[in-house]
Amino acid sequence: MGSSEKILAELADDTPVDLVGVLENSHVFEILDQLDRELIGLKPVKTRIREIAALLLMDRLRKDMNLNAQPPSLHMCFTGNPGTGKTTVAQRMAKILHRLGYVRQGHVVAVTRDDLVGQYIGHTAPKTKEVLKRAMGGVLFIDEAYYLYKPENERDYGAESIEILLQVMENQRDDLVVILAGYKDRMENFFSSNPGMSSRIAHHIDFPDYATEELMEIAEMMMASLNYRFDAASAQVFVEYIRLRMQMPHFANARSIRNAIDRMRLRHANRLFGRRGEPLTRRDLVTIAESDIRASRVFSGKAGVT
Amino acid sequence: MRLTQGQFSFLPDLSDEQITAQIAYGLKQGWALNVEYTDDPHPRNTYWEMWGIPMFDLKDPAGILMEINECRSTYPRHYVRVTAFDSSRGWETPRMSFLVNRPAEEPGFGLIRQETAGRTVSYTVRSYSADRPEGSRYA
Repeated sequence: MGSSEKILAELADDTPVDLVGVLENSHVFEILDQLDRELIGLKPVKTRIREIAALLLMDRLRKDMNLNAQPPSLHMCFTGNPGTGKTTVAQRMAKILHRLGYVRQGHVVAVTRDDLVGQYIGHTAPKTKEVLKRAMGGVLFIDEAYYLYKPENERDYGAESIEILLQVMENQRDDLVVILAGYKDRMENFFSSNPGMSSRIAHHIDFPDYATEELMEIAEMMMASLNYRFDAASAQVFVEYIRLRMQMPHFANARSIRNAIDRMRLRHANRLFGRRGEPLTRRDLVTIAESDIRASRVFSGKAGVT
Repeated sequence: MRLTQGQFSFLPDLSDEQITAQIAYGLKQGWALNVEYTDDPHPRNTYWEMWGIPMFDLKDPAGILMEINECRSTYPRHYVRVTAFDSSRGWETPRMSFLVNRPAEEPGFGLIRQETAGRTVSYTVRSYSADRPEGSRYA
């Protein structure tokens, strides 16, 4: 009888499990609740993160009970339109995995093709390796990963980089977590030409577009964090703004909202600047008025970005 | 003869776990670590070959251990050491240096006496391994 079997035999099947203690120690619920509060919408994403957190916690409990706890493969792929929160979630993911003890440091190294692929023969391998070494103990976030593979150029060095990535993803699974991100259709193309990559990624998470109400909630949160607020009239106009903006080209979900807020702040500042001489109150400084939003080109119907 | 250079060299060889702990300490201090190797163990040979460039901006020892293992498997019969460089002003010098690999058999050093002017004798040491050309030592 091996030593592990002996210990297993010593622990009866009805040995109580200290679930509450482990939960409290990991503070994982704090992070999950924070995720729920601070990230609007993204239902499928949150569900999957919850599942992963649950699995990692259960694995820890199983380990305490001398049961086999194989660390799962946690490489992920985030697909979704621009501005749907892929990078934000990747940052959070690193923190969650750190709390759960899956990664040792919990930092995120965000890279694109330029950081991984070299310019001449023999340049790519050291470059990719350096990035991998920097990401160890944390999360490697590869944005727009499909650019790594360029099928139209057979002498492209991207394939070399993918090869090294795959090797490390397979052999040093407990040293780093790789998250790929990009638009859905191009990501699918990328995976169909790199089946090895697809099979090494356990979690394919799709980020849905936000609905109008969700975008409004996001806007209010962004405004609150900047110490601004809408009044009743301007809130309604902003909902209208979002509806119009969503129809227009180059709509980038939360990122467009952030840009809109930045421009509203400009107009707001300019408006206050223009009424020199009149008394200003604290309320004037924090309130975005209807006219600040109405001045946007979105309302004049001209196809522009502003 | 067992070579004693750098930290911990009078202790038994460090295990990978112990090496990792030492590297983690160095990283925590904000030092840049690098891996070097040589087949000429003379104590005055300070310029060892570098295995890749020094590793900056690392957070976790796993990456450095990966390089150590690659260096060991490429040069299993060389001396391999890890050096931690402190770039902060006032130090600007290696703060840690220890061996992580040594050849299975180390022949040691011979004492060479040279008679010079008058009856003066000058002494020097020479590694027996350095009698053979570079690359074929410890073969």
